[in-house]
Parts: sequence; C-alpha cells; structure tokens
Amino acid sequence: MAALRGADEMRDRVVLGEFGVRNVHTTDFPGNYPGYDDAWDQQRFEEAFRVDVIREEGDSLEFDMVGIDAAIANAFRRILLAEVPTMAVEKVFVYNNTSIVQDEILAHRLGLIPIRADPRLFEYRNQGDQEGTEIDTLQFQLKIKCSRNPQAAKESSDPDELYCNHKVYSKHMTWVPLGNQTDLFPDADFRPVHDDILIALLRPGQEIDVLMHCVKGIGKDHAKFSPVATASYRLLPDITLLKPIEDEAAETLQKCFSPGVIEIQNIKGKKVARVANARLDTFSREVFRHEGLKNLVRLARVRNHYIFSVESTGILPPDVLVSEAIKILMGKCQRFLNELDSVPME
Amino acid sequence: MAGSGDRTALETIQADGTDGNCVTFVLHDEDHTLGNSLRYMVMKNPDVEFCGYCITHPSESKINFRIQTRGALPAVEPFRKGLNDLMAVCQHVLSTFERSMKEYRAQREEEMQ
Repeated sequence: MAALRGADEMRDRVVLGEFGVRNVHTTDFPGNYPGYDDAWDQQRFEEAFRVDVIREEGDSLEFDMVGIDAAIANAFRRILLAEVPTMAVEKVFVYNNTSIVQDEILAHRLGLIPIRADPRLFEYRNQGDQEGTEIDTLQFQLKIKCSRNPQAAKESSDPDELYCNHKVYSKHMTWVPLGNQTDLFPDADFRPVHDDILIALLRPGQEIDVLMHCVKGIGKDHAKFSPVATASYRLLPDITLLKPIEDEAAETLQKCFSPGVIEIQNIKGKKVARVANARLDTFSREVFRHEGLKNLVRLARVRNHYIFSVESTGILPPDVLVSEAIKILMGKCQRFLNELDSVPME
Repeated sequence: MAGSGDRTALETIQADGTDGNCVTFVLHDEDHTLGNSLRYMVMKNPDVEFCGYCITHPSESKINFRIQTRGALPAVEPFRKGLNDLMAVCQHVLSTFERSMKEYRAQREEEMQ
C-alpha cells in the first residue's frame, strides 16, 4: 500500500519517527488546508462515525470509536476516571477499635472498598450536613471480635485453627437501613462488591466495632469514588511497508513486531513479509534498531480511531459507565447553555 | 461537592471599546475535559478567528476561554454554537454506542445458541 499524499498523511496519521513523533496535533480546522472544507458538519460526522464493540467480559469492555477527535475522546476518558459518581464510605464512627490497625488507617481502608450500590438511586449530600438523610446516605456496620478456638490442637501454630474471626473480611460488613430505606429499596442488597477483601487482622481479645456512612461522590474529590479500575484508549496502529521485504529481512521484520502483526507468505519460492494485523502491535519500535529495516517501514497511528478499554470496579457494568460519562459531558454543555440563556449578555 | 452555591458558573470579560467580537469567558468548576472539547468544536467554526483556553492556576478550578470572531459577529454566537454542536456530538455518540452494544449482545446470544 503506497503512503498517503502529504496533506492526507498530515491530517490522518500521527507518524512515529526514529527519534520523535510527527503530526501530533489536530490540524483540520477551517482555513488550514486549501481545498479542504473543514467546517463542522454534523451530517458528515454522523456518516463517518461508528462504534464497534470488540469484547465484553464481565467487568471489562473493549470497543472502538472511529471518526471522532482526540479532544472529545479524551473528555470521555477523563470523565470516566474522575466524574462519574459512585457510593463509597466517607465517615467512619469508631465505637471500639482495639485491633493493631490504627483508626485512621482502618477508616482509609474502608473508604477504598467498592460498594455495590447504584449511585443513580441516591442524591449528593448537602454541604455542611453532618448527619445525612436516607436519600443520600448508606449505613454499614462492621462488628467483629476475635476469640481463641477451644477445639484447637495443643501444638498447632496455624492461626486459622487457633483463632476464630481473626481475619476481618469485607463480607463482615452488614447494611443497616436508615429511615425508610427498607421501603425505598425493597429488593436491594447493598454490600461490598467483593467479599474477600481483607480489612484487618485480629488476635484474641481484639475487636472492631464501627459504623460507616457511605455518600455519593466523584473521583475528582477522592480516588475512592472512581468507578473504573482504569479507563484508557490507544490509537489504532498503522504499519506500512515502503518496499517489498524478503527472505531473511522478512524473518527479522517479523521478530521486530508483536506476534501476529507481520505474516510471511511464500510467493514463488521466496518468503515475502506482509502486514497481517497491525492492531495487535504495541509499537516497541524495535525495527528502528535495525539499519537495514528502519527506512523500509513507516510506523503511524490513525488519528481518529480510538481503541477504548474500560474496566469497571464492579459497581456498575462498563457499558453503563460509558453511557453515564457521555451524559455527564452533555450535562456540562447544558449547564452553560442555561447560564447563557438566563443571564442577558450585554 | 456537587453544587457551586450562589456563584454563577459563567462570567464574561470584555475589554472596553470593543464591540463583542473578542470576549473571554470564565467558566467555573471546569478543566481540560470541557475546555479542550469545546475549543475543538468552536475552532471548527469558520467565523472564528481565534479560540483558546487556559487554566489560570492549577489550584483554582476555572478556565479562561477566549473567542475572537471575524467581522462583526458577537463572540457569544460561536460559543453557543460550539456548546450546541458538542451536545449534538455527544447525543449521536451515545445513541451509536448503545446501538452497537445491543447489536453485539444480540450477536453473542445467537452464537451461544
């Protein structure tokens, strides 16, 4: 495949050179390229835009967004990380903590536990409200006491045998309904997402008795509120062979890229390299370390093809998170449109 | 955490003597998320001569968003158009994404049977 014409390459590809990256910024604004009409056209955008879902497995989702600009794709990524709300433990009322874990460390650990509660059912707490109402707070209790196991063998040194309740897991957190929450959420089962998160270790005589309040918050405030394990994107790789590469050079070329990217075909007895699936490559740029190969390959990325990977912590499914993120960006625009309409501009 | 209280979310700064062509909008409680995407949409408008944004100080969460237009067009117009265009883009992305998810799930159901 021949390399693109100069202007097309500048517009559509980010080129990875040996020592630097070229054409990084978006330049397709009106007036930059003579002969191109770059003004915003919603219809042209809608025709070219598509979303392809590649894989959805449990809490992780991989999908492609094609035909959109970096600014907007990045806005979605930033919102997924920091502005989609969730419920997490905010206030911990410590009634008794004789364990070796300090109060504040215990409270910090409890805050980081993901809580399976749909944040859309709750409101934000009003600023300055210390107690919380049933529409903005979830209450959990963790009450556990470690004791010696009377049935343990005399010479045993295994803590699992010697002691009862010596490991405090997130499954020991129980939901305590506030006010009319049992009526508001009759089928709800509010608990941590994972049952086997180890919170603290105890020995006989030590106990933990705390009451926790969960509130709704966003990742910008504290990372415990972030709903994604991570959300990231990469651009689709585009590998072009500028000249035919054969025999030994083809073998070397295949080793320079991730497995599956370059395939070697047998044409008329000679081994010829061909780009099979550029998407799999991670661009280690190993090919630039080989003098004979570095001028025969062009490494680039397609500027408007984003491969998103969203992994949720389990509170909400990843596709719901992406939908919520898009709605939040719409909400931001709406907020300023309302401001513009409400205040008469002089 | 969620509300901004009595403070308005949007202020306008305009130099004396100009007639609305070049205006700096101060957007409170915003950062690169809205700033960069809105800047892209406003730059796609051929009537806009200059559009840029900056975060005045990393400790304050507000951005200065400046628009200068060609001719006599008031700067509020490209700003409003940019917001509307960005809303339309998000709407289309949302519906396309939800449709693709539905198709993917339907296809997986078929393959499982």
